[in-house]
Amino acid sequence: MIEGRELTKEQIVEAQQTLNAAGLAVPHWPEEYGGRGWTDLQRHIWLEELQRAGVPTPLAFNASMIGPVIAHFGTEEQKKEFLPKTANLDIWWSQGFSEPDAGSDLASLRTTAVKDGDDWVVNGQKAWTTLGQFGDWIFTLVRTDPDVKKQAGISMLLIDMTSPGLEVRPVQLIDGSYEVNEVWFDDVRVPADNLVGELNGGWTIAKFLLGNERVGVAPVGSTKRILARAKDLAKETSDGEGGTLLDDPLVRARIVELENELLALELTALRVVAHSADGEPHPASSVLKLKGTELQQAVSELMVDLAGPASVASGAGDASDLAEWARISTPTYLNLRKASIYGGSNEIQRQIISRTILGL
Amino acid sequence: MDFTYDDEQEALRDAVRGLVGKAYHDYEQRRQAVKEDPGFSEQQWARLAEMGVLGLPFAEEDGGVGAGPTEIGIVCQELGRTIAPEPFLASVVLAGGLVSAAGTPEQRAEVLGALAAGERLLAFAHDEPGRRWGASAEQVTASADGDSWSLTGVKEPVPHGARADLLVVSAALPEGGTGLFLVQPDADGVTREGYATYDGGRAAKVAFDGAAATPLGEAGLDVTASIATVQDITRVMAGNQALGAMQTLLKATTDYLKTRKQFGVTLNTFQALNFRAADMYTSLELTHSLVAWATMVIAAGDPDEVAEAAARASLQVSRGGRHVGQEAIQLHGGIAMTAEYSVGMFVAHLTALDHLLGDGNHQVRVLSTKVADYDALDPLDV
Ligand SMILES: Cc1cc2nc3c(=O)[nH]c(=O)nc-3n(C[C@H](O)[C@H](O)[C@H](O)COP(=O)(O)OP(=O)(O)OC[C@H]3O[C@@H](n4cnc5c(N)ncnc54)[C@H](O)[C@@H]3O)c2cc1C
Ligand SMILES: Cc1cc2nc3c(=O)[nH]c(=O)nc-3n(C[C@H](O)[C@H](O)[C@H](O)COP(=O)(O)OP(=O)(O)OC[C@H]3O[C@@H](n4cnc5c(N)ncnc54)[C@H](O)[C@@H]3O)c2cc1C
Repeated sequence: MIEGRELTKEQIVEAQQTLNAAGLAVPHWPEEYGGRGWTDLQRHIWLEELQRAGVPTPLAFNASMIGPVIAHFGTEEQKKEFLPKTANLDIWWSQGFSEPDAGSDLASLRTTAVKDGDDWVVNGQKAWTTLGQFGDWIFTLVRTDPDVKKQAGISMLLIDMTSPGLEVRPVQLIDGSYEVNEVWFDDVRVPADNLVGELNGGWTIAKFLLGNERVGVAPVGSTKRILARAKDLAKETSDGEGGTLLDDPLVRARIVELENELLALELTALRVVAHSADGEPHPASSVLKLKGTELQQAVSELMVDLAGPASVASGAGDASDLAEWARISTPTYLNLRKASIYGGSNEIQRQIISRTILGL
Repeated sequence: MDFTYDDEQEALRDAVRGLVGKAYHDYEQRRQAVKEDPGFSEQQWARLAEMGVLGLPFAEEDGGVGAGPTEIGIVCQELGRTIAPEPFLASVVLAGGLVSAAGTPEQRAEVLGALAAGERLLAFAHDEPGRRWGASAEQVTASADGDSWSLTGVKEPVPHGARADLLVVSAALPEGGTGLFLVQPDADGVTREGYATYDGGRAAKVAFDGAAATPLGEAGLDVTASIATVQDITRVMAGNQALGAMQTLLKATTDYLKTRKQFGVTLNTFQALNFRAADMYTSLELTHSLVAWATMVIAAGDPDEVAEAAARASLQVSRGGRHVGQEAIQLHGGIAMTAEYSVGMFVAHLTALDHLLGDGNHQVRVLSTKVADYDALDPLDV
């Protein structure tokens, strides 16, 4: 984790199960469902500390997204069935919201669910399903009423990814990685019991979920850790002229600027979580997503520049004489361009700020 | 200063555009071409040779065409527009440029003739682990035993080093300074490990262990200055290539804004996005101007002026390229993150060009050492 390598599924599961055994995987969940009922502030500090220590944070799809949704909107059976396994990552959840033509405009989604006897029959396609290749279950937004206003005809269904007719197709990203997938539904039968909350109430749930997502969306702790590591690497990397990269005033200045922006962001995050009353996100939480992802990207760009000529050697194996951190720096930089696109793009965040905060 | 192309230059541009476009107008073609080693199409390389493109920079008596920097820049721009993977920059401009600058008449005729004919691919083995973008060599050392020379040490990354038929290698000379050598890659004491780079290119680690080497030009001569000048020329040509890629990125972005619908309307309904495209255009135009100017400075030929112009152009290409590339991805949204779609790979290629011979901050560092020595810059003065 600290070295910036990709984790395996097993490592992610092991980390979450270790935390869960200590009661620390989902401390922000209500106590009756295995949490500790922590406030946003406590949760924030906990997340930051995990990131700083290089502990893989509990899978967001489970811990931050579907878990709180089921705890809040689910039936007793759903809570019993899913919450313990969700906390312990016995079930790996995927998020099936976006579609090819429903990105920023999520409400225009077209995957349909039609009632047939005791089942829903689902047809359509989800896009961008992160780590869907590991997914056991997928929480989806589906259109259950095509005849009303877009937002009013959407429901949330929990779907077993081993169901007949469900197919996961990997999509390669620009860094060569396979972390997103298309998920296709061809007459997939889903038991009626797997509806979450009210029929056609999916949009309310989605808003609740995306609101929760915003705490922890600015990875201040991990960005700080990576910036500190960048500084260490700069200190130990030769500039080819008898000094180190950290002797360079330009490198120093760039690090100082980034540190200052991160400090401002960290303090803003504290202000935001300390004042988000009753689950209503503080309006400034959009600032966290916007600035947090920009800084994450800026630090990854710094790493590429520190790596210098070695940064192109991404395909080299262990026989290479170039440092591993340098070789993976550009794929990481390219991969992180995603951060300002997903989870509500940064343009959408600006729109939230200008509309709801500034009243424009 | 004349920024326009004459008829012949336009004809060259159209011819190269036709050839390159045929091979790579559909991004999938490029994707297939870089999948397997050597990471480009040998067939396309042969076609470029046939067209005379691979011999453009070299003197006629060396088997070349004797064209000027504007023509070479045109080729680079056209290759950049489709991010054609053929190693024109690495093999012809850089490695070939060194042979042209430092080789004896016999070496030039032999090596450059074969390069121009597409029969022999050259690579310049220069970068050394832990060193950054300089003109000298340190870790690979040359030693002489009578008239025979040998090299020891590691070069990495060497662009197209595994496919190369002949290596041009820089090495620290016994009496100080840096010399250039020709090394047969299958000689005893040479090992090569090739790999793909993130933009679909190829590079290699090349290790020398007492490998036999032929001095390029006069034996034992310090040619650091020649290396620096050829690197500067390559910087400007890399800038031309980046410019072509940036043009394609802006076009792809504006096309996408006009066709992608969200919220029931095309994205160009949102002024916020159109303004960002306008800013991309601004960056592109500024980059275009500096690259064209630096290309003309090469034609004038003074090495110090070429060095300064190359640094200034590279700085703008770095800044402008990052701006245009990052915005191209952002304005596309998720689709630009996929390997199947062209935009992400264009951005990857710009990033690779940016780190080939020194990124923007490297150029700032170089230029800032002299900032107190002049009052204002005058492009006509350089
Ligand atoms: C790596 C990755 C992982 C993802 N993982 C998941 C996942 O696990 N589950 C899931 O459901 N989704 C996932 N997504 C999808 C993600 O949420 C969408 O990509 C995102 O909502 C943007 O949609 P889009 O890509 O279709 O872009 P578009 O919505 O088409 O946007 C294109 C551009 O237009 C801008 N734009 C759009 N509308 C406006 C407007 N009204 N005003 C101004 N600008 C606008 C956008 O900001 C963007 O710059 C993932 C995406 C990526 C890239
Ligand atoms: C120092 C000074 C000297 C001047 N001298 C002269 C002069 O000699 N003769 C003369 O005739 N005029 C002169 N002007 C006037 C000048 O041309 C106007 O200020 C200018 O046209 C902008 O108009 P405005 O100030 O009313 O701002 P507005 O037009 O009200 O604009 C306010 C803001 O909204 C932005 N904006 C407006 N429309 C759009 C749109 N469609 N899309 C996006 N953004 C938009 C503007 O860019 C600006 O940021 C001068 C102004 C100044 C400040």
